Amino acid sequence: MNTSNSRCNSSLGKKYVMAITGLALFGFVIGHMVGNLQIFLGKEVLNAYGAFLKSKPLLLWGARLGLLATVSFHVWAAIRLTQENRAARPVRYAVTKPIGASYASRTMLMSGLIVASFIVYHLLHFTMGGLDPELLTFLDEAGRHDVYRMVVVGFSTLRVSIFYLVGMALLCMHLSHGVSALFQSLGLKTGVFGGWIDGFAKISAIVIFAGNCSIPMAVMCGFLK
Amino acid sequence: MKLTLKVWRQQDPTSPGKFVTYEARDIIPEMSFLEMLDEVNEGLLARGEEPIAFDSDCREGICGTCSMVINGLPHGGQKATTACQLHMRLFTDGETITIEPWRARAFPVVRDLVVDRSAFDRIIQAGGFVSVFTGGTPDANLIPIGKPDADLAMDAAQCIGCGACVAACKNASAMLFVAAKVSHLGILPQGRVEKDRRVLRMVQAMDKEGFGSCTVTGSCEAVCPKEISLRFIARMNRDYSVSLLKGGE
Repeated sequence: MNTSNSRCNSSLGKKYVMAITGLALFGFVIGHMVGNLQIFLGKEVLNAYGAFLKSKPLLLWGARLGLLATVSFHVWAAIRLTQENRAARPVRYAVTKPIGASYASRTMLMSGLIVASFIVYHLLHFTMGGLDPELLTFLDEAGRHDVYRMVVVGFSTLRVSIFYLVGMALLCMHLSHGVSALFQSLGLKTGVFGGWIDGFAKISAIVIFAGNCSIPMAVMCGFLK
Repeated sequence: MKLTLKVWRQQDPTSPGKFVTYEARDIIPEMSFLEMLDEVNEGLLARGEEPIAFDSDCREGICGTCSMVINGLPHGGQKATTACQLHMRLFTDGETITIEPWRARAFPVVRDLVVDRSAFDRIIQAGGFVSVFTGGTPDANLIPIGKPDADLAMDAAQCIGCGACVAACKNASAMLFVAAKVSHLGILPQGRVEKDRRVLRMVQAMDKEGFGSCTVTGSCEAVCPKEISLRFIARMNRDYSVSLLKGGE
């Protein structure tokens, strides 16, 4: 064996990095959605959940730094692989037809970049209060941060909600291909359950889209107020 | 049939190429695509011009030599068909057909539509040997192989190394080719002895040749004249990681 470093730095090694970090981020997206959906259980439950997360700073910051590292590795592998892939075809075809390749699979870089900028916007919006500092100052009757009111006020601007819907559409397009491709890259898309993975990826993308979009939609419809 | 051809002409690997338009007259629908090109070349020779250089050998779809991108699709895009087995009846009279060579850094153009595919040979060489018993002639079927394994290995062994997978892939990745070669030996007991070492070396050789990586679009599988499945790529991804975890060779 040459060195384990050069093996991990091979095209397959970088695909493993892409897949493992992608799987971790997919897990986070689901957990984040389930946490946020508690808004439908009422103000009390959501604010208690928010206060619970804030009461464990070690865990919270551990998760945040872990996510930052995961995203960094995901982006690093994407940049390196894209550079190599572009270099692999210096002269382009005059005529191209995307046979057998889905739209989502051909636009992973673009959907990924837009989702990344959406994440920055989302963090500025609800975590750092960079867009409207007042959102983070709301307090409920128990003196906790009023997450419920922050979400309702945050989504009561139409263009903000629309931007979230667009962000989710691109995230879910990214996931509809990515979740299936990560199993392929890890060599797990074989055998009996190999045939189920494409369906699983598409269904999970739809569920995540519906789940996350239900919140701004509910605010816009006046269901949450 | 009368057709307009836009063909990539390039004198040698270093000179710049360009598309040249030719009229193809009196084409019979029963002709294969290569026979049509032969006909055009006869006309060029009669006029004292250089014929269009293209690769071909068996002309029965089993050697993998013919290689050209026809209207944006390797081998013309007909399911499970090489360019030599593609027939002119699939085209319409008066149609304009664009013909290009495989485009990949690892497949440099030699002349016109001919590319150098020796990168594939070097990947095969990197795979190394298969251990066999020497001595007396062994009995037939001495090593029992389950029917599912035999079938799967044969599915992989169908690869003719034409390079259409590389040509179709947006990343010019050779993963389908390498996966087919890794799998057809790795699935059978005869090839299992060197399985771990083989996959590491062949992937290393693949990367060294400058092919791209797999983004699982499935274009390769769609154009493969031998219908090699993407599941072989998944299998190779697994073999590679298992081999890494075992500590390599």
